[in-house]
Formats: sequence, structure tokens, C-alpha cells
Amino acid sequence: MTAIELPSYLEKSAAVSARFEKLKQREVILEVKQLGKQFDSQQGLVTALRDINFKTHRREFVCVIGPSGCGKSTLIRILAGLEAPSSGEVLLDNKPVFEPGPDRGMVFQGYTLFPWLNVKQNVMFGLEMQGYTKATAESEALNWIELVGLERFADAYPHQLSGGMKQRVAIARALANKPRILLMDEPFGALDAQTRSKMQANLIEIWRNIDITVLFITHDLDEAIYLADRILVLKANPGEVEELIEVSVPRPRHSSQVISPEFLATKKRLEELIHPPGPEDDTDDLHMIRMTHVGDDVEIME
Amino acid sequence: MSQSTPWFAVRQALSKKQVTTLTLLSFLLPILLWSLVSYVPFLWHPKVEIIEPGSISWLKPGMLVDRAVFAEQTQLAAEQQTAAPQGLRANPIYLPAPHEVAIAFYTAFTTEPTRSSEQWLHESLWHSIQVIFWGFSLSSLLGVPLGILCGTYVAFSRLQEPFIEFFRYLPAPAFGALAVAILGIHDGPKIAIIFIGTFFQQVLVIANTTRKLDVALLEAALTLGAKKLQLLFRVVIPGILPDLYRDQRILLGWAWTYLIVAELIGTSSGITWFITQQARYKNFDNVYAAIIMIGIIGVVCDILLARLGKRLFPWEKEQVKG
Ligand SMILES: Nc1ncnc2c1ncn2[C@@H]1O[C@H](COP(=O)(O)OP(=O)(O)OP(=O)(O)O)[C@@H](O)[C@H]1O
Ligand SMILES: [Mg+2]
Repeated sequence: MTAIELPSYLEKSAAVSARFEKLKQREVILEVKQLGKQFDSQQGLVTALRDINFKTHRREFVCVIGPSGCGKSTLIRILAGLEAPSSGEVLLDNKPVFEPGPDRGMVFQGYTLFPWLNVKQNVMFGLEMQGYTKATAESEALNWIELVGLERFADAYPHQLSGGMKQRVAIARALANKPRILLMDEPFGALDAQTRSKMQANLIEIWRNIDITVLFITHDLDEAIYLADRILVLKANPGEVEELIEVSVPRPRHSSQVISPEFLATKKRLEELIHPPGPEDDTDDLHMIRMTHVGDDVEIME
Repeated sequence: MSQSTPWFAVRQALSKKQVTTLTLLSFLLPILLWSLVSYVPFLWHPKVEIIEPGSISWLKPGMLVDRAVFAEQTQLAAEQQTAAPQGLRANPIYLPAPHEVAIAFYTAFTTEPTRSSEQWLHESLWHSIQVIFWGFSLSSLLGVPLGILCGTYVAFSRLQEPFIEFFRYLPAPAFGALAVAILGIHDGPKIAIIFIGTFFQQVLVIANTTRKLDVALLEAALTLGAKKLQLLFRVVIPGILPDLYRDQRILLGWAWTYLIVAELIGTSSGITWFITQQARYKNFDNVYAAIIMIGIIGVVCDILLARLGKRLFPWEKEQVKG
């Protein structure tokens, strides 16, 4: 079997290389230094993360992928300040992070809109916490709601919205605080494929239009390649940085790029990293189980 | 709608018509049973009401005797060849027929109290409602905030809940004599009993409800910049409000169950006074009428509160009644 010849995932067009050069010149928004996290669970000490180091630059879009349980959520929760690291530190604009704050917006995988507030009030929440007046918060909130395309639903309650709409409100709510970085933990994980790709396009569009740095967790390789400038690949047990890949797919991105050579090369590399071909990896010998009995008459009918 | 909803489908809503039918039936069935026992002779009727004593000197007209005794006396009269007593089968005095209770329902309100110092029935009822109101309000005034604090801050919960957990096992009526000694014989001790009966449960129930608030909502608020008291007032309290309201409705029902005990303490008062008084006169139709009135007040109250709840919390999803 001869596979189609793919370029190396490292190969980039001149334009893409220039873009990465420019990105690296930009100021560092978030810096993670020798970050480690251990949990004291009933099974004893569990090392969820070990020696994580990386930086994100201004207006960069970084995706984090890795097998289930490798510590992705733990990492993002530490960045958000919801969890304290066991070792190492997190710097936002060169200042260490200790607690949650409005400078880091977060979108969770589950739906965390406040059910007692309508869409507009949900988006106003953070602004009111910052001490803005109701009037300012309201006009500001309406702008963000418009940005995510939900003007018509400003007065709806969360239980009246679809999953995709809820996550769009959650994005608007996080962005309304004008955070330095937007942290997203598998925000589209619970959505169906169609809604999901719409949301991805929507997110890219928002990201292109405003000054925001994004750190986005996913376990969907296509999603990561479609969205990211760079992809941080974690490996499990303990969660460590396996590789930090610069995505060679040019921008602006389009869904038709999934069959472009750059896309496929990157995907192949990610697959190698996530599912390393091990010695006991003979998945082809899967046992076939006959699930239904097909009556003979059915065969004879042919 | 031509398609009919099946009557028995697991956790499926029924049609409006079915619900109405069932609601009516839930009341009609017990009333039907009561009517059968009352009006169909020989279903139960264990007594005989004497109409004509005959030769048996100790029998009086209107007297209720056991059927066995009546049979014995009839036999006796027959043996001595004297006039046999006449009687009709009847139910015991403590089981009046539905129509008697229905009449009592009306006459209880129109009958003047026997002594001028006594209260009309509506006055007794109003008095009971006030006792409940004050007992429950005082309890809520302290219990709701304390419950929310216990559910929000572990420090509060550790400080309060062990003692409350202990105290709630003490039966509220046990404090009756003490309450009278401290608060006198009037409404004070009655309100205190309702308070004691409600308060401790209330703190624990509401603390638990508060703890059930999804932590993710608190975390979301934290990442949006909410701090300390903002978390309490802008997230915890609005977040639990519908459940808290539901708890309060259930707790109000509990408060009613303490009413009878509370009203017996000190000088008996309110609807309890009416019930004990009528029972003493053997006016059991009035007793039943009064008990049913308590039920009606409770249910009407709850229905009104449920309606109000729907208005107050429009974001709550409709729940299929399990
Ligand atoms: N509070 C905790 N106490 C103990 N162990 C924890 C805790 N939170 C996470 N862990 C452990 O840390 C490891 C990483 O968990 P984490 O949720 O970060 O993984 P993940 O990469 O987000 O997984 P998934 O892809 O399934 O979301 C897991 O082994 C998990 O069991
Ligand atoms: Mg996770």
C-alpha cells in the first residue's frame, strides 16, 4: 500500500512562516513555568501535570489536545485560578496568577449560564461585578450579544436556548469583561457536528475581529488544526508537553482545507503523537461478533 | 386531539382532561368509600340504635348498643315473653355520615358559642392561622438566612449544624411546659412550639438545598470577577431561590402539623379548642368538619403559593409531576 505523499508537517509556506515570525515578536500574554499539579486522592498521590512550560503571544490562538484524563482541564483550571498549582507558576502579563479574575475569561464545557438571568443579564453580570453602572453594562452587553449573533434572544432565558446558543452567550459573557486571554475547555464538546463547525467558524470570526488571545482545549484533532496557530500536545500519566506544533495551514482558514496537504500532514503528526503505534497495537485483529441472526430465507431471496 | 394519551406510561405527562379526572377521583374515591360505609347498611354498621326499648329497662331511645348485646337482649325478651326492643343498625358515633358532616360544615359557622367568653368558629380558625403565621415567620426570619449561611460557608455549617442536628431530635412538644413557664399561657408558648418544630429542620433543609447549587455556576462567577459577598448575593441566593421557595412550602406544611400540639399548651385555643370542645360534647360531625377545614386551608394555601411561584420564577422549567 502506498499512501499519498504528504509534505512534512514542519514545512510551511513563506507567508505562514512570516506570520509565525511576527507572532513571536508580539508581547507574551501568558507564560506557564514548570507547572506541576498533584492530587491527593484516595488512590494516593496522583500526578496530573508535570513540568509544563509554554508561552502564548498576543492574539495567538493556541489549542491544547491530549488523551482523556491527561490533565487538560486541570491545566486550564489552574490558568483560570480555580485550582492552585503544586509547583511552578503562571504569569499573566508577567504578573503571577493566584486567584480567578476578570482578566481571564473562561468558557466551560458544561453550560454555566445563570439560569435566573436572561441572555442580556448574563452578559452584563461580569461588567456589573467590575462596578460598571447598569446602563453602561447594558449597552456594552448588547454589543457583545450582537457580535455572537443573538440580538433576537437578548431577553430569552437560558433554558429557552439551544446548546450552541448557550455557548455563544457564554463566549459573549466572557468577552464582555475584555479579558487578556480567553480560556475554553472543550466548549463545543457537547454539540452536534453541524452546530460545532458553525461555532468554530463563528469563533474564528470573533477572534479575527477583536484583540483577544485564546487557549482552547479540545480532543478533536480537526477542530484543533482548523482553529489553532499552535497546538500544545499533552501526553498522559503524567500530563507532560509532548510537542508544541506550529500549524502550517494558511489563514484565513476554511473548512475545505481539511483535505489540503498541510492539514493532512499536521493531522497525521497529531495522530502519531496521540496514538503512538505500540507493540500490542494490532487493532486489525478485532474479534468480529455476529450481532444478529439473519434468517436463511433472507439470503435465498437474493 | 384524536390520539389519546395512554394512562400508564413511565414519567409521561397526561392530557389535561386525564389530569382533571384523576384529581377529582383522588377526592371522590375516599368520599365514595365513606359513603358506602355510611349509607349501605350491613357493610359495617356494628351498632344498633334503640328506637323502642320494649321491656328492657336499661335501654333508652337513641342509645347505641353493640349488635351482640342487642341480640342478647332481644333473645332475653323473647324467652321471658315480654316486648322485644326495636332498633336500627347504625355506625358508631365517631363516624358520622358525609351529609351530617356537610351540614356541620355550615352550622359550625352559624352556631353561636355556648358561652359569651368563647369564640365563633371563624374566630378560632383565624386565631390558629395567626399562630401559624407568627411561628413560621419568626422561624423563617432566622432559619432561612442561617440555612443559607451554613450551605455557603463551611465554617458556619461546622459551628451550627452539629448542635442543630442534635436539637432537632428533641420533640418540640417536650418544651411545652417550659415555654409556658417562660412565655405565659397565651399565644407566646404556642408560637414558640411552632418555631421549635420548624426552625431546626428549616436550617438543615435549606443548608442542604444551598449546597446543591452547581459549583460550576460559582466558578463561572469567580472567573467573571465576582468576589465574596457578590458570590453570596448575586449567585448563591438567586440560584437557590426556586428550591428555597419549594422548601418553604413543604416546611409550612410541617408547621401546620405542630399546630394542634401547640394549641393544647397553656389555655387551649384556636381550632384545637373547637375540636376538643366538640369532641367532648360528642359532636363528631363538627370535629370532622373542623379537621377538613384545616385540610382545605392547607391545600388552598399551597395551591396559591405554587401559582405565585410560577410567576416569581419564570426561568424554572416545567416539571412533570412524578
Ligand atoms: N479534584 C481532583 N481530585 C483528584 N484527582 C483529580 C481531580 N481532578 C482531576 N483529577 C485527576 O487528574 C487527572 C487529569 O484530569 P483532567 O480532568 O484534568 O483530565 P482531562 O484531560 O481534562 O480529561 P478529559 O479529556 O476527560 O476532560 C485525572 O487522572 C483525574 O482523575
Ligand atoms: Mg476535561
